[in-house]
Amino acid sequence: MTFTRPKFRHPDLPPNALGYTRRDYEGALSTLCAGCGHDSISNAIIQACYELPVEPHRVVKMSGIGCSSKTPAYFLGKSHGFNSVHGRMPAIATGANMANRDLLYLGVSGDGDTASIGLGQFTHVVRRNLNMVYIVMNNGCYGLTKGQDSATADRGSTSKKGTPNPFESIDLCELALQIGAGFVARGFSGDKSQLVPLLKAAMSCRGFSLVDVISPCVTFNNTSASTKSYQYVRDHAEATGTVDLVPPRQEIVTDYQDGATQEVTLHDGSVIFLHKEEGSRSITDRRAAIDALESHRAENRILTGILYCMDDGGDTHEMIKTTLQPLNSILQEDLCPGNAALQQLMEGYR
Amino acid sequence: MKPTDIRNPEYFHKVIDCQYACPSHTPVPEYLRLIAEGRYADAYMINWHSNVFPGVLGRICDRPCEPACRRGRVDREPVAICRLKRVAADFKDAVKARMPQIPKEKNGKRVALIGGGPASLTVARDLMPLGYQVDLYDEQSAVGGFMRSQVPSFRLPLEVLDEEIDYILDMGVNTFLNCRITSLKEFLQKGYDAVFIGTGAPRGRDLPTLKGRQEGDDHIHVGIEWLAAVAYGHIDTIGATTLVIGGGNTAMDCCRMARRLGGKDVRVVIRGSRAKMNASPWEIEDALKEDIPIIEGLSPLEFVVRDGRLIGMHFAKGGDQENPVFIACDEVLLAVGQQNAFTWIEKELGLKLKNHWLPVIDEATLQSTLPQVFFGGDAALGPKNVITAVALGHQAAISIDLYCRGLDLKVRPAPGITLSSQKMGVHDWIYDSQVTDDARQRVPTVETVKSIQDRMLEVELGFDKKSGRTEAQRCLNCDVQTVFSFADCIECDACADICPTSCINFINNGEEEDLRSRLAMPAKNTSQDLYVSDVLKTGRVMVKDENVCLHCGLCAERCPTAAWEMVKCFYDCAKAGQ
Repeated sequence: MTFTRPKFRHPDLPPNALGYTRRDYEGALSTLCAGCGHDSISNAIIQACYELPVEPHRVVKMSGIGCSSKTPAYFLGKSHGFNSVHGRMPAIATGANMANRDLLYLGVSGDGDTASIGLGQFTHVVRRNLNMVYIVMNNGCYGLTKGQDSATADRGSTSKKGTPNPFESIDLCELALQIGAGFVARGFSGDKSQLVPLLKAAMSCRGFSLVDVISPCVTFNNTSASTKSYQYVRDHAEATGTVDLVPPRQEIVTDYQDGATQEVTLHDGSVIFLHKEEGSRSITDRRAAIDALESHRAENRILTGILYCMDDGGDTHEMIKTTLQPLNSILQEDLCPGNAALQQLMEGYR
Repeated sequence: MKPTDIRNPEYFHKVIDCQYACPSHTPVPEYLRLIAEGRYADAYMINWHSNVFPGVLGRICDRPCEPACRRGRVDREPVAICRLKRVAADFKDAVKARMPQIPKEKNGKRVALIGGGPASLTVARDLMPLGYQVDLYDEQSAVGGFMRSQVPSFRLPLEVLDEEIDYILDMGVNTFLNCRITSLKEFLQKGYDAVFIGTGAPRGRDLPTLKGRQEGDDHIHVGIEWLAAVAYGHIDTIGATTLVIGGGNTAMDCCRMARRLGGKDVRVVIRGSRAKMNASPWEIEDALKEDIPIIEGLSPLEFVVRDGRLIGMHFAKGGDQENPVFIACDEVLLAVGQQNAFTWIEKELGLKLKNHWLPVIDEATLQSTLPQVFFGGDAALGPKNVITAVALGHQAAISIDLYCRGLDLKVRPAPGITLSSQKMGVHDWIYDSQVTDDARQRVPTVETVKSIQDRMLEVELGFDKKSGRTEAQRCLNCDVQTVFSFADCIECDACADICPTSCINFINNGEEEDLRSRLAMPAKNTSQDLYVSDVLKTGRVMVKDENVCLHCGLCAERCPTAAWEMVKCFYDCAKAGQ
């Protein structure tokens, strides 16, 4: 078994606009099962951060417990990270975000960590529209404890255990749409050409960005009767459209005259282009997004791509009116100006 | 592109860059692994079967394998393959018992070898075990040809050469030494079933028409002949100031030998630039280390002789003959190329010559226009090197064997291919798949002060066991092939994600040029193949750029369905009698 990856890379590895090569965004060698969808997502995160580009030291990786929550060790080895208690990542992320609003927060969680033990935390971080990217590596089972059905396993789906799941599933995208997420998308670990632009768009949006990524568990849930297997997802996935993200300050060279292309300009000036079929729903309409999810579900189709995008709908900081300056950089004398200032304040009430 | 046919033995052979580049296709990674395991005799025998002179070549090979080495494309320097060959030779125990048995009963066929260099010796080595009677003729008093007469002892000690020549002669080769063949016509009357001519390219080119050549003759020598005279002990001193004319490896040997014979101020003069010299970079480096300057851009105009003694030379700088440059010297060594000469081959025999130094031969079979006469070594294709001579010797032996058995020479025996899976456990390989980060190990040398005083003292000391092991482990095991089974692939991308050098891609098929441009890392090195699979379930194909694959096995380790497999491909170039 190999525990370290050879240090050699392709000699032509190109640097991005910040001068980093893709190698600067890599992490340690994965210890997950061979063929795990999570590894593909880790690589899509590396690729998205490299392409965007983001500075590795401006990123914070947050995770809980589970196979998915192990992955921050396998990407962005030069970024900050915090591996928290099971299902409690949203609380930690909120705290960190309050302390320093200037960093990019990448929350990585699984279906158990999000939809079971952490569901309460998840719903509340969504309603506050915390400025973060929340990636769910969704394999429909508890892989770390031998593959029991999770809360996102579809009713009737059968894992390696062989018994169809009797319970209704939680659709995290629909839930997030209902309670105020700014950006909602669904991807598939087996389709990086879609997943990388989705992650880039999610990282560019302000507010809570949920990317629910179907990620087959090759060991326990890649059976022919599972709705989260490579084959099933490939056969049943349908994209809302293809996504292009044009970063700020980059000239838009492609001419999108086609009426079926929807543009969404983000707060920082970057533009999301969604090329979709004529007459399909708008991605800035929340109700249409929920409708789309429901109608596809009724037809046993999996809707992927950007489902909803409402950039800058006001994140937690705006809702609670915090100062623009990151709290961790405010000095003691500003926070506690002393007795003279207090006396002056009191004077105003007299 | 069509799916790659990996059943074609040449596909995997080409992936093993070093072996592919070697004229006699020595299975390099296989013996490097054996060296790393300390199995020196085994490593030696793999070499011996393929290149006949491992100890010799481990010192003086032109090493076409090293510029080809994959490691040189991802790391700063390639694996020191040549010097590792020497490690196998230096540390092996007795190998004689492993040599092939020579049948007591001969097959009744007699073969003559004219010239006793590496090509002829290879023919003898290949034919003796098959029961041929082999008679070897050489004009010198000892066998070895170029390796003995023109390679100086400070690069190749005599005992190393003798040992490896004796392995062959001890098979029962009849040697006829001090025997110069002056007429092929007469020689053919001896009634041999086949005659092999491996007389080398023994005559160095002179500059006979240059002014002052006759007058200064006592102090002007043709380099290659001068080296031979030194080797045989006829010459043991040289003028304090010596000029060496020419920029090939012979020039480098001449200048370094001159330093050892008392040359205090030895300079090399070349016509062109340093960058375009024919000599191998390491030979140039060794010369420079011995304080020998290389003067560029000067063409010889005249030997300047005063009072019957050479006092220097005039050169034209950049073609300017009007203002010649004068360089004073006591002695000149000319190393401006070699020539063949077949004055002893009579025209009426029907053996056609291309010009006065090369025969007309079939390049695949090495057969001349006289069916029973074959050529090899420098005599066949002009001045090359020892490893090429060995390779040609193998081919000539195959041809002679086929000819003597009355078979078609064009139907060559196929190479031997052995494929063996390297899987040992779920994530375990038989081979050491770890890619080391070590830099190329330096070969220790004797102090220059000491080596300059003794021309018999070998300059390089060779790797010790430890540094040899470290260096051998730098090998990327390019013979352990990545074999892909498209039917088992579930397209999870695990292999593409883990590949350190981004070789693996899952994309839509296209023409080669288009495919090369669309890979995650565009495949710009067109000398390296693309490995293309059959169409996968999603309609895409797997395309692997072989260029910088590290053969680390991570693709196979991360594959959930064993669609990737690591398979060792042992490619054994065909020898006579196979």
